[in-house]
Amino acid sequence: MPVTIFNIGERMADQNLAPLYEALSEHRNKRMAHFDVPGHKGGRGNKELKYFLGEDCLRADVNSMKPLDNLCHPVSVIKEAQELAAEAFGAKEAMFIVNGTTAAVQAMIMSACKAGDKIIMPRNVHRSAINALVVCGAIPVYVNPGVNKKLGISLGMNIEDINAAIAAHPEAKAILVNNPTYYGICSDLKAIVELAHAHNMLVLVDEAHGTHFYFGENLPVNAMAAGADMAAVSMHKTGGSLTQSSILLVGEQVNADYVRQIINLTQTTSGSYLLLSSLDLARRNLSLNGKEMFKKTVDFASYAREEINNIGGYYAYGSELIDGKYIHDFDSTKLSVYTRDIGLAGIEVYDLLRDEYDIQIELGDIGNILAIVSAGDRNLEIERLISALSEIKRLYGKDPGGMFDHEYINPIVEMLPQEAFYSEKKMLPLENCEGRICGEFAMCYPPGIPILAPGELITKEIIAYIKYAKEKGCFMTGTQDMAMDNIMVIEPAVAVFGA
Amino acid sequence: MELWFTENHTDNVKFSIKIEKQLVSEKSQYQQIDIFETKEFGKVFALDGYIMLTEKDEFIYHEMITHVPMAVHPDVKKVLVIGAGDGGTIRELTRYDSIEYIDMVEIDAKVVEVCKEYLPSTACKLDDPRVHIHYQDGLRFVRTKENEYDLIIVDSTDPFGPGEGLFTKEFYGNCFKALKEDGILINQHESPFYGNDAKAAKQTHKKIASVFPISLVYQFHMPTYPSGHWLFGFASKKYHPLKDIRYDEWNALGIKTKYYNTSLHAGAFAVPNYVIEILNS
Repeated sequence: MPVTIFNIGERMADQNLAPLYEALSEHRNKRMAHFDVPGHKGGRGNKELKYFLGEDCLRADVNSMKPLDNLCHPVSVIKEAQELAAEAFGAKEAMFIVNGTTAAVQAMIMSACKAGDKIIMPRNVHRSAINALVVCGAIPVYVNPGVNKKLGISLGMNIEDINAAIAAHPEAKAILVNNPTYYGICSDLKAIVELAHAHNMLVLVDEAHGTHFYFGENLPVNAMAAGADMAAVSMHKTGGSLTQSSILLVGEQVNADYVRQIINLTQTTSGSYLLLSSLDLARRNLSLNGKEMFKKTVDFASYAREEINNIGGYYAYGSELIDGKYIHDFDSTKLSVYTRDIGLAGIEVYDLLRDEYDIQIELGDIGNILAIVSAGDRNLEIERLISALSEIKRLYGKDPGGMFDHEYINPIVEMLPQEAFYSEKKMLPLENCEGRICGEFAMCYPPGIPILAPGELITKEIIAYIKYAKEKGCFMTGTQDMAMDNIMVIEPAVAVFGA
Repeated sequence: MELWFTENHTDNVKFSIKIEKQLVSEKSQYQQIDIFETKEFGKVFALDGYIMLTEKDEFIYHEMITHVPMAVHPDVKKVLVIGAGDGGTIRELTRYDSIEYIDMVEIDAKVVEVCKEYLPSTACKLDDPRVHIHYQDGLRFVRTKENEYDLIIVDSTDPFGPGEGLFTKEFYGNCFKALKEDGILINQHESPFYGNDAKAAKQTHKKIASVFPISLVYQFHMPTYPSGHWLFGFASKKYHPLKDIRYDEWNALGIKTKYYNTSLHAGAFAVPNYVIEILNS
């Protein structure tokens, strides 16, 4: 077992420890009388919940107290657990987040930018990043990501495009990179960091889908190793912690104490110990067993890719996509499959897998499905997925002719997100929105990448895309109108270029 | 001192057999394998603590899983057997000279090895030249086959553990594809009696019925299986088990059986009302 010893203050620590988990475990065994929140008091006050989740779980759901530290101001076991995480991830500091990676992404942006500051970012970011712009008033400088026309997916950021953005906006404070993308596409992070630092800009990485980059072998470079200044890693996605738990990593050049203050602007003061202890245990597990876990994951995904491609009709893509420009590297743990050549939209295959075969995958968009493979999988599940895809092709496959020829649509930004979101707006039927500026978000969830963000021009193409996505059964979110039959547009209409 | 083997038939029901001695206790990559010597049932073979067969009553299971489809399909030449590491199903199939080729797909080579050594009464025909054993996942094997078999027999364990994938809709669909246009699928269909088994029987029937135009179940009585009342599924693309049964042809073969006969064949498809209700609900 590889054991790394290093100094935490005066005591020696190693990755075998899990101080937060140990303290919580000890506390649970003490049988204390509780006259504090939560009011369920170990589940006695909510028996149904206790039977559903288990008594051990409810008794670990406690409030912060001296022996268990405090997430807003960590000084003991949470601090130690965060230090161990920082070491494991190769960061200066690691901050546990219980409000989702959304909170970590927002904390990065709000730490780097104040109102009116510019931030360079690709537009195909998760809604959490643009949400942060609405909240803090930073100005996005969008760099259009590359697009794979066949697959209809957006790719990584090209260095030349970033260079041009920096030249045009030398006063920008930071560059945000989403790496890898949902589909496993990686940008040239090291080159981006070099370029950004040469121009005194910070590099913030939305690494929600990249936890495994820190622990596996032969995977794309991780943000901290590439020299990035901050990274938001979704431990719960591929790292094994509980849903909603996440870690914000901070590099050498950033004042971590300021970042903590920013996190505390919006994060709960009642951090869940279920989530926090899951971060501690997941970090220990990854440190001790990560190499092996992610080797297994890559093996499963590679096997599935090969077998799915053998079925014919499907295209399970991998590192052959790498072009050195918009696709610098590919995350081989990702199992993304292009389905349109069998005459089915990704979302249709996604629905068939669940409704007909009891197989739930991560997402289906217009052209693709994405399955998350992890060390928690067994041969059995992989075989089931492959077999079900084979059956779907046999039973539901049709002529792909006449399918909506979609590709990722680069947006036309007319107004800043914050300004647009807080403008006078009125609700218009979707089909009447052409030429108007959008005042809200519109997206399919998953993946949660906005089709429209506040301030963007609604085009004929976008209206057709939304209609098609709805018709195919995508779960549409973001708009005030829950059915997305209507969209809030900026009022009055402004004459815009291209309308 | 008394030594007893106990299987939990449900959380509240136990079934015990007195053991003379334990012959095998091994853990393979997939499961725990045990063989016991008993006075009442002869040798008893268990996987993960569940009885797979006993020497005393295995004939019931193996005759019913093979002779029922063989008396219906007029021309079985190529058979796929999934599971069946103990060899009992193969033993019965090899009694038909008309069968030319048998693929047997067993995930666990250890099961075959152990059965060959300790259960020659069932494993005796595994070396028949027509039998081709593949040690791999059944779901994976059948996925690549198309229009190839006259008969597929799924002689699996229960829908938990290594046999889980053999109770899925995708597996039955892949079997449909692997069968010729008049092919038959027989599967171990669990028991209708105890709650969890009945639930599995119901779901299995629903899945198979969504794939095959003809889908029935037939019953047999297995003293050492939970409740003793057990089902096989008969799914078919063309032949109906009662309308197309060839009584005279089968009887003319002169195959000597201990359980199966052509009168019982017809009766086995007459299932009790509570079973009909479970399957139709």
